[in-house]
Amino acid sequence: MRRTAAAIVLAIGLMALLAPWIAPYHPEQIFENRAYAPPMRIHVRDADGWHRPFVYRQKMVDRIGRVYVEDHSHRVPLRWLSNGHLLSVDADDAPLLFCGADALGRDLCSRLIFGARLSLGVALIGACGALLLGALLGAAAGTLGGRLDTVVTTIADFVLVLPVVYLVIVLRATRPLVIGPSEVFVLMSGLFACAAWPDVARGVRAIVSTERTRDYAVAARAAGAGPVRLIGHLLPAAYGFLRVQFVLLIPALLVAESSLSFVGFGFEGRTPSWGGLLKEGETLTAMYSAPWLLLPAAALFLVVLALQRIAGHTQIFMPEPLTQRARAVSLRPTNEYSGRVPSGPDAV
Amino acid sequence: MRRDAAIYGLRRIAAALILILSVSITAFILARLAPGDETTADLLNGVDERIIAIKRERLGLNRPLIVQVADYSWGVLRLDLGLSARFEQPVGPLVLERGANTARLGFMALLLATALGIPLGIFTGSRPHTWIARMVSVFSLTALACPPLVAALGLLFLAVSIGGIASGPRDLLIPTLALGLPMAAMLERLQSQATRDALNAPDLQAAVARGIPPQRLIWVHAARQSLRPVLGVYGVVIGGVFSGSLAVEFATGWPGLGRLMYDAVQSGDVKLVAGCVFAGGVSLAVGNLIADALRAWVDPRVRGIA
Repeated sequence: MRRTAAAIVLAIGLMALLAPWIAPYHPEQIFENRAYAPPMRIHVRDADGWHRPFVYRQKMVDRIGRVYVEDHSHRVPLRWLSNGHLLSVDADDAPLLFCGADALGRDLCSRLIFGARLSLGVALIGACGALLLGALLGAAAGTLGGRLDTVVTTIADFVLVLPVVYLVIVLRATRPLVIGPSEVFVLMSGLFACAAWPDVARGVRAIVSTERTRDYAVAARAAGAGPVRLIGHLLPAAYGFLRVQFVLLIPALLVAESSLSFVGFGFEGRTPSWGGLLKEGETLTAMYSAPWLLLPAAALFLVVLALQRIAGHTQIFMPEPLTQRARAVSLRPTNEYSGRVPSGPDAV
Repeated sequence: MRRDAAIYGLRRIAAALILILSVSITAFILARLAPGDETTADLLNGVDERIIAIKRERLGLNRPLIVQVADYSWGVLRLDLGLSARFEQPVGPLVLERGANTARLGFMALLLATALGIPLGIFTGSRPHTWIARMVSVFSLTALACPPLVAALGLLFLAVSIGGIASGPRDLLIPTLALGLPMAAMLERLQSQATRDALNAPDLQAAVARGIPPQRLIWVHAARQSLRPVLGVYGVVIGGVFSGSLAVEFATGWPGLGRLMYDAVQSGDVKLVAGCVFAGGVSLAVGNLIADALRAWVDPRVRGIA
């Protein structure tokens, strides 16, 4: 189960990384007379018998009703590893539409693959930022204690109860409504990092502050280790917790990006992200006549499911004894002197 | 003890009030700093300069930012959220109406999630190795991976392909299901885990030894013990209702706070933006207070620690 999940995530990650090579077309390329063209079927046999996988060209028969039929007059063979793409057809047989086309006649498959880049990229960078910020602040607060601890904890508690969605929208609105995709990227991942760090910081702080009283930490302090070195000694105790947080933050932020883009505060129409793509399939008529426009939702579901499986379902929610569980994950011996090993949510 | 509880409660309420106040004022300042204001659209539409000047005067846009912020803060303290430029109405009633819609949706979803998730969780937690429990858990894990946006679109698609049942924009069924089912799945998983842990705890083992009948053991003894970790996540869940309802409102056309906020931002209606944030802050704070109160009621330690 977990291995399958990891394989799925890896495959989608690779797809995003190698998007220009895997996607058949540039995501903004518009094909004439292909508005709402349905996904092409891949055939392996026709009247003459079996062949290597091929498709038929689509022909528009009704422009108003957007009715397409397959042109059975000649087979269009799929070309592997040629024309600079993983899978393509010859230029005069274009377009190749595995997932159909959108309202403007752009290849949905290419847009999905390039969309994975933006959506996963934002989630990844946002999660890294939140983790970095949370780990540093949490570790500093837990190690040094005192006034810094109070300040960090107060801010974290404050951010945790904010109506984050609304604030993100307000912050987004401080920039002009139409800005370039790279600026949206930076803005969104930054906002996500700012919104998501408190959870991380609280967990790290709890782990580090219990770790601080253990013998090795006391010894380090006695040997004259400064605060920075001490943090370096203590932080590894939180690695297990951070790992789980990382795997859980990505789907959460992926969903956040999609929701924001879907609503219209993320990437705008031309630049494909999963949420933005969903916006096109949202209307009931589109759902009825072009259900393939909902494919980004399926992709979203798949990635979220896979990442949640990797993290293991017990960690999906964060009940109070998070730290105990995190310590159990971190493969370090728990307190040797009390014979009790914490287990389950009731171990306090 | 009663005194402690009262002080604890009052402190929490005071903190919530400060939070709401500071958040809406911050939202006001941020939205004011954003490019464009209430008259930008008029300017682009070529409305007469004199009319725009009158509008600016009426909305108080000519005054310095500090004065505007101070004025707005004083207004919020008196629960006067100002005048919406886009709707030419006081922000208060507008936000109240839409906020009530979002609150209704959230409440229904929460109700659904609780009514579905908790009993199912107790059921699966007490017999984890039966095929029914396995099926429920597969279903839960699937629903858990459906963010409200995906759930809403999926349900709409289902409704459309079955024949358009209940896909009207004002119908509460689809939004509630979309928002509530993932939450129900989460509660089910958590309750299941908590019930399993509770049943393994020494005191429950002792109860088994005393000869307490299994059904009573599960639904009374274990259920009470597992209440604490489950109530602990309600705060998280309420936050999730809010972020989830934004996407659901857009996908299903539910006239809630999120859509109002979108309109407000699009038209540069600063007071309406701040008003929406105010309403969001209030609902979130109320939800968190209720969750905390429940937790304190169930677990005396919470009262002591805080």
